[in-house]
Amino acid sequence: MGSNMAECHPVGFQWVMEAKAAGARVIHVDPRFTRTSALADTFVALRAGSDIAFLGAIVNHILTNRREFREYVVAYTNASSIVGDDFRDTEDLDGLFSGWDPEEKAYDPSTWQYAGMPVAPSAGHREAAAQGEAHGHGAKLAAGEPATDPTLDDPRCVFQILKRHFARYTPELVEEVCGVPREQFLEVAEALCANSGRERTTAMCYAVGWTQHTVGAQYIRTAAIIQLLLGNMGRPGGGILALRGHASIQGSTDIPTLYNILPGYLPMPHAATHQTLADYIAANTAPGGFWGHTDAYVVSLLKAWWGDAATAENDWCYDYLPFITGDHSAYRTTLDMVDGKVKGYFVMGENPVVGSANGKLQRLALTKLDWMVVRDLVEIETASFWKDGPEIDSGELKTAEIATEVFFLPAAAHTEKDGSFTQTQRMLQWHTKAVEPQGDCRSELWFYWHLGRIIREKLGGSTDERDRPVLDLTWDYPLVDGDPAAATVLREINGVGPDGRTVSGYTALKADGSTRCGCWIYSGCYADEVNQTARRRPGHEQTHYALEWGWAWPANRRILYNRASADPSGKPWSERKKLIWWDEAEGKWTGEDVPDFVIDKPPDYAPVEGAKAEHALRGDEPFVMQTDGKGWLFAPSGLVDGPLPSHYEPHESPFTNPLYAQQANPARQMFRRKGNRYNDEDGKAYPFVMTTYRLTEHHTAGGMSRFLPHLAELQPEMFCEVSPALAAERGLVNGGWATISSARTAIEARVLVTDRVKPLTVQGRVLHQVGLPYHWGWKGLVTGDAANDLFALALDPNVHIQEVKAATCDIQPGRRPR
Amino acid sequence: MRHPAGPATPMTRMGFFTDTSICIGCKACEVACKEWNDVPDDGFDFLATSYDNTGGLSADTWRHVAFVEQPVSVPALGENGIRWLMSSDVCKHCTHAACLEVCPTGALFRTEFDTVVVQQDICNGCGYCVPACPFGVIDERESDGRVWKCTLCYDRLKSDLEPACAKACPTKSIQFGPLDELRARAAGRLGALREAGVADARLYGADETDGVGGFGAFFLLLDKPEVYGLPPDPVVTTRDLPRMWRAAAGAALALVGAVAAACARQR
Amino acid sequence: MSARKLIASWPVVRQLTGPDRLGLRQSAQSEWSATLESRTETADRVVPSICPYCAVGCAQRIYVKDEKVIQVEGDPDSPVSRGRLCPKGSATKQLVTGGQREYKVKYRRPGGADWEDLALDRAMDMIADRVIATRAATWDGPNRRTLGIASLGGATLDNEENYLMKKLYTALGAIQVENQARI
Repeated sequence: MGSNMAECHPVGFQWVMEAKAAGARVIHVDPRFTRTSALADTFVALRAGSDIAFLGAIVNHILTNRREFREYVVAYTNASSIVGDDFRDTEDLDGLFSGWDPEEKAYDPSTWQYAGMPVAPSAGHREAAAQGEAHGHGAKLAAGEPATDPTLDDPRCVFQILKRHFARYTPELVEEVCGVPREQFLEVAEALCANSGRERTTAMCYAVGWTQHTVGAQYIRTAAIIQLLLGNMGRPGGGILALRGHASIQGSTDIPTLYNILPGYLPMPHAATHQTLADYIAANTAPGGFWGHTDAYVVSLLKAWWGDAATAENDWCYDYLPFITGDHSAYRTTLDMVDGKVKGYFVMGENPVVGSANGKLQRLALTKLDWMVVRDLVEIETASFWKDGPEIDSGELKTAEIATEVFFLPAAAHTEKDGSFTQTQRMLQWHTKAVEPQGDCRSELWFYWHLGRIIREKLGGSTDERDRPVLDLTWDYPLVDGDPAAATVLREINGVGPDGRTVSGYTALKADGSTRCGCWIYSGCYADEVNQTARRRPGHEQTHYALEWGWAWPANRRILYNRASADPSGKPWSERKKLIWWDEAEGKWTGEDVPDFVIDKPPDYAPVEGAKAEHALRGDEPFVMQTDGKGWLFAPSGLVDGPLPSHYEPHESPFTNPLYAQQANPARQMFRRKGNRYNDEDGKAYPFVMTTYRLTEHHTAGGMSRFLPHLAELQPEMFCEVSPALAAERGLVNGGWATISSARTAIEARVLVTDRVKPLTVQGRVLHQVGLPYHWGWKGLVTGDAANDLFALALDPNVHIQEVKAATCDIQPGRRPR
Repeated sequence: MRHPAGPATPMTRMGFFTDTSICIGCKACEVACKEWNDVPDDGFDFLATSYDNTGGLSADTWRHVAFVEQPVSVPALGENGIRWLMSSDVCKHCTHAACLEVCPTGALFRTEFDTVVVQQDICNGCGYCVPACPFGVIDERESDGRVWKCTLCYDRLKSDLEPACAKACPTKSIQFGPLDELRARAAGRLGALREAGVADARLYGADETDGVGGFGAFFLLLDKPEVYGLPPDPVVTTRDLPRMWRAAAGAALALVGAVAAACARQR
Repeated sequence: MSARKLIASWPVVRQLTGPDRLGLRQSAQSEWSATLESRTETADRVVPSICPYCAVGCAQRIYVKDEKVIQVEGDPDSPVSRGRLCPKGSATKQLVTGGQREYKVKYRRPGGADWEDLALDRAMDMIADRVIATRAATWDGPNRRTLGIASLGGATLDNEENYLMKKLYTALGAIQVENQARI
């Protein structure tokens, strides 16, 4: 669900086909019948934006029919934890959880805590709470053992709360909300249950079809609940697989070019709560699990960045780190740009005027800059918006009046530089430079290193305090053909010990300044002074976990939380599904994967009073990044829009929410302002649902595909996909033109009339959906209007991702007005 | 009985088995082919024919993926279901290859792998082969006047490598190998599909008694060939050619004699 | 080619003098056919790489001859991809060698009607000047940062590149650093 794997990850899909040939059943649930659906055993068409209703009904089906993997649920999840008396569910408050502040339009999550647990330090602080995603795998809990009821009967235990929360998510509701016949829903729900348990596991794959919603993080939470209830986490053939779309989009999250985190999911210091290093460590250290060593991770990072300048006396240069004060994400920044607050902009291998929501606003934002640097392989639309953009065409903007100074710098391709990508399963793989880049083409490594060098030279004599972080930065890398040697950067990321040699992994890091490490979760990628990411022992010479190909974080583990593949006593749940197990004779965990557990912690280990970090977790608590070692069915903290997922309508929807008075996610991020008009301001003018997607033949905003003849010819023009019924209703002709409109703008597209897009019956009436691939812009060998121009900025409040997978539109025959 | 112009040497015949039941329509075959063989683009035209925008095999498209959308009955949805057939078409490398038999220059020839290849250093663009092909595969490239089609990556085969399309194919819908092995594998696959209830599954071009003596590149289809735009009963267009050829050879011999004499005089 | 050799290679002659009288097999083999080999065989070196498109992480082999990329193929050793590539991965040679690539710095002055040439060194120097000036003009002392400089991109870049970006931006106090991961 939420993924079109055959089209967007074709080579990964070989394993799905292989599994299918071996007897696995492939189920695809999607608004459109895609190339994935074509190869699936079962296809279910559902309304875009209704997945939580569908998934929530699976949760209800499991609980109502007692199909949960009871032993796993009791032992490994927080099902038995008792939640505080003050918690109120959406069932109680008609779509709101307790803690809602209507003035601030935000939750105070303090009532979501376990009974008797003090409120976690940052809980309740709105801006800091908005850092929900900052804490990598989860969220903080205060110290102490929550009360539990292993019988799961206590009405205030998570299990019972879950039951009540999803009780109205029935097959009938699925039919009403999703447009999926109840029989078909039941077939899917039953298939999942039947294929889970000791002997069998089920995997779920998703992609941006789940994330690009105003309630996106909760989509994935719902899947997590299902997979925990069915015992599918940490086990071979199970899990929730995020299929990511760029070569190193995982890497750029781990070593983040993101505003709210530092490498390894350490939060960026927040001005309100992290004024000192001690505050920072206190606020971000969990009593149990590996987030118990935040001090070692952050001090090692500061030492990696500021070297000898970082001392115990100056708190390791903690005050060299800038503060965040709220949302500084990409879309917030776009609006700040429109408002003239942002002066300079670097754009690296990204094409926001085509690929980001509300393209016109993106382009207007660029006109307000003083200067912009664009680095790419080709001259993308973002580089030249000032002379050939649609607003220049329409006369709305005049080139001479756009004051933005633009530097276009040609980039080096992956074949022209050394470096590592982190693929979608957290595996780092090294690519080696094959040839020198030509002309002015350079790597980003070259660009940033030299930019830093020149800035440091120019600031050389400065005595200004604000320049110390720049001047004290460790910036000496050996050069190879002018590039800083990428391997030495990776070595810095891995970290070194007091002896100057690379550390073996994050467990070697210290908070006393004796170790340096650029990204703690990557520690081990250069263990033994060997670039582990460059390993290429052929797959056919290894087990299918292929531990000697590349290197996966953390600690080269291929399946996260794999302690859960064994039962509480340490034996595999079944011979068929064994992965790691406790070897009593050797006194350690062993198996086919690297155990994601303290290697010699026995299954019956119980922490002593006062134990910290991983030592505070028992030998049968597999979720080692969680402070309680449990898989969370209910999330007492970490999310800003509720501890449980609820079905909310998309921000723009032609339907009212049949479950709650609360129509859409109350915490969603909206920007009601000029240039970002929402469809709800135009009454019923937009009766249809639109959704965006990719095609196999192109890549995101097109910079790496629309300009290549061999890809451009395969999908040579922007088109929309509509059902024959909608075509008949609106007079659309296959191969002709259509104009699709929203409150933002109107775009034109060629029409593809296809039975693969089905009208659905939702709430008793027929709903038409319009499919919009989003690859085109006005440049390249093949051109077309950008689908993203139709969409507004309406964001998920946890992660600030835009809702482009479900919104409303109108469609008319013919080309757009000019 | 083998056709007189058919395989005669003991070399193993190599070919393709394209199992369309596992094709995901990604078109990696089209791109890998073009990248390897330096085939130019085939124009940038939106055809409004499902996801097919290259239209068919041509001088500039040597692998072509057909997309067929069909209504089907699905238990939960009644008649409201759909299936989407995808199939990567290619030159069939016929046992009785009319293109080769009509080629007056010897540009088209049968290789040591029993594949049919246009030798671009010989082809003069006469175009005789174009109408001869019962599948409409071989085609003239306007920019250089010569004819082009799949070579089954002759250069790669000579270096003991598999063709580019088969190598790239993410699901191994395109399989390359000795034809005998492929036929055996295809028969097994067909049996499995039939057993699984896919009644319309069939092999296309695996039968040596068909009108072209069987294909070197054959297919497993999920419906009738014509559904995919393939001729249901292709027949070699040169059945009567051997007789004609003997006459032509006589004329050629006379010509050679004349040319040889001319050359001898020049020395 | 000498006349004798020319005549000997003429298909009609060969078919009459060789064993294949129908002229459709070895006797019809041309010079091109006879000398053909896979160009991967002629590569000076084969370099291990990874596909730059999606996040499946298919392994590639880059074939280099005379310091040019002559072929990009899947690496069959990969336990992820087993040598296979999708259409985008299969187009990698065109991506890195195609005519669409830009090789020169382009500069557009404020209000300028078109691109101008600019030397790379000069561009770097100008960009550094702008970073310094913008940072100074927009410095937020209490929060040790500037909200005047933003950055977008990283999902297509290497880990090492993202690392240097984040390191430099953080030292400069530029916090609006974002990439495709949340778009």
